[in-house]
Amino acid sequence: MAKLTIPREELMYSGHAACPGCGPALAMRFLLKGLGPRTVVSVPASCWSVIATPYPTTALGVGMLDNAIEATGASISGLRAAADALGLEDLNVVGFAGDGGTADIGLQSLSGMLERRTDALYVMYDNEAYMNTGVQRSSATPQGAWTTTTPVAGEARGKLEPKKDIMAIVLAHHPVYAATLNPSFPEDFVRKVERARGMRGPRFFHVYAACPPGWRYDSDQTIELGKLATYTGIFPLYEVENGQLRITRRMGQLKPVEDYLAAQGRFRHFSPEEVRQVKEQAEARWADLLAREKATSTPAPVREVPPAGAPAPRPSATT
Amino acid sequence: MGFKVLSGNGAQAEAARLARVQVIAAYPITPQTTIVEALADMVASGELKAQYVKVESEHSALQVCLSAAALGARTYSATSSQGLLLMHELLHWASGQRTPMVLGVVNRAVAPPWNIGADHADTMSQRDTGWIQFYPESNQEVLDTVLTAYRLVEDPEIRLPAMVTEDAFYLSHTFEPVDVPDPKVVDTFLPPKDARAILRPGVVSRLGSFTGPDHYVDFRHQVAEAMDRVLPKLQEVESEYARRSGRDLGGPLVGYRTEDADAVLLTLGTISTTARGVVDELRSSGQKVGMAKLRVFRPFPVEAVRALARDVSRLGVLDRSFTFGSSGPAASEVRSALYGVPSPPSVTSFLAGIGGRDVGPKDLHRVFQALLSSRSTGPRWMDLETDGGVVVHG
Repeated sequence: MAKLTIPREELMYSGHAACPGCGPALAMRFLLKGLGPRTVVSVPASCWSVIATPYPTTALGVGMLDNAIEATGASISGLRAAADALGLEDLNVVGFAGDGGTADIGLQSLSGMLERRTDALYVMYDNEAYMNTGVQRSSATPQGAWTTTTPVAGEARGKLEPKKDIMAIVLAHHPVYAATLNPSFPEDFVRKVERARGMRGPRFFHVYAACPPGWRYDSDQTIELGKLATYTGIFPLYEVENGQLRITRRMGQLKPVEDYLAAQGRFRHFSPEEVRQVKEQAEARWADLLAREKATSTPAPVREVPPAGAPAPRPSATT
Repeated sequence: MGFKVLSGNGAQAEAARLARVQVIAAYPITPQTTIVEALADMVASGELKAQYVKVESEHSALQVCLSAAALGARTYSATSSQGLLLMHELLHWASGQRTPMVLGVVNRAVAPPWNIGADHADTMSQRDTGWIQFYPESNQEVLDTVLTAYRLVEDPEIRLPAMVTEDAFYLSHTFEPVDVPDPKVVDTFLPPKDARAILRPGVVSRLGSFTGPDHYVDFRHQVAEAMDRVLPKLQEVESEYARRSGRDLGGPLVGYRTEDADAVLLTLGTISTTARGVVDELRSSGQKVGMAKLRVFRPFPVEAVRALARDVSRLGVLDRSFTFGSSGPAASEVRSALYGVPSPPSVTSFLAGIGGRDVGPKDLHRVFQALLSSRSTGPRWMDLETDGGVVVHG
């Protein structure tokens, strides 16, 4: 039997208020396992401001700061500034925001945090719509998906526009580390968290976060669906460190996207033509990743020289 | 330390330095910009040991300070006009999360049309956000008020945010000698911030949270109770500051020659200095008038206004902004404070200095003559009237 690489310590408690099968709940659980207790998480208005349970209880074994929906990037810049001013250098500063709070209303704040080179980890948990308010489309909703504001009726075929490429936007800021993570691959997930924890500078996670009520599938299928998302090339797993891209889950052949789409009510209306488009996009995405991995396989010149006196990488001790 | 020649903005920066703020976040906006430039120089030269976060908006500036304060840091930011309006949402967060913080605000007109002159519409629009509001009259008062504000807001019984305003250009860009206290004096008066923050590494905690109606009302009521403790606490803090610095700030409402006055004019900010001179002139010609400077607008000093009104038959309130559909904001507060008191004075709302219009002695003579000759409630827009009563535009 393989040795378990995931820390046993639980910093997210049972009794949380997530729906059964909630992807964002798994994302937080694995994130905190990788980060350890010396962590403060800043959370905007989102599913997670509710999942953490109402006053006077909390579902987290670490400090949590609530912030306005568009302000997570600025919030973690403030936490880091205070931590540095108060000599709390080993504190893990984390922003944990949804796709709406990140790719839509919080994009300016995220960009500011990345550009300022804030020494913090920003996590976007992507459930691909405004789920806390009841499934309204966000810029991260996939093309064609049904939501309550992109109905499927008459001529209307769900969301018209393609999903916003948040990783491309983030990578244009040259973070020290950016990665895609999926709770269906816990070893890969926790390894990336531990890797990011030991670094200094702006770090970003794009986390696949399945939503049974919003995506219209059975809540016991979350893990299987997540595996399909990666195996079909819909949500490939990779990391980019100082410009070097590395695929962390390699597939010889992509699984058919039909398996992923058919499992979810939000895609139920798809015609064969619409399925074909998703398949082509997944293949193109995968080919592009392979090409980028090859192109950056030799260490690229460091794009930005750290300023004189920049702090050394943080020691990797958990506590 | 002795005197330095400082602008109002220089006084803000000097006070932040003396307060040994630990985290600064700011975004430039006229006429606030020279505050954050001065702080940048202080941090760059090592004169001030602080983390300076250069943000991409005022909204982010305030969020940086909110989150930094949540971990226990003493923070400073400054803004003006549109920048303060952009912060509006987070102003509520600051009081709701019981964040002890100080914000410098250079009072500037709100667009459209664009105008960078002195006007109180920006801060008056934040009346209901749970912030303490100070309206100093001089650069000296700006410096002294920022220092006392830190001491006040960090008191465990208060834990509310405060904004210290200055009239655009009349203070922000006007230089005058300012007695800068010795850092040792300030360190004794304002010790390092109590590090007992709610968020601490390794501690299970949550700041913000959400609640249903069961607890929400308690949170709001606690803010209200803290606000009620501000004026008594301010008296203690100002007394101690007076002992250490030799300067008495005078509390929330500072009267001048109000004894036996037939008419008293309430003012905010820089117009107060001019009004004091005009009171002297009118007194020397036998007219029994006085003035009172409203230094603190939130919490509103109801008792002080009632005490002032006891022996006065006519009160004028001069506002540098207007609440559309009502009157000057201070005038409506004064009326509200006086409701139900026996034989209250008449209260006339005057508007002057809107959008940076100069309010000189001649203008205030007209205000006093209007006040002495009529018990009209107003509002009277003095900027639109000439001596002959002809309305002029522009």
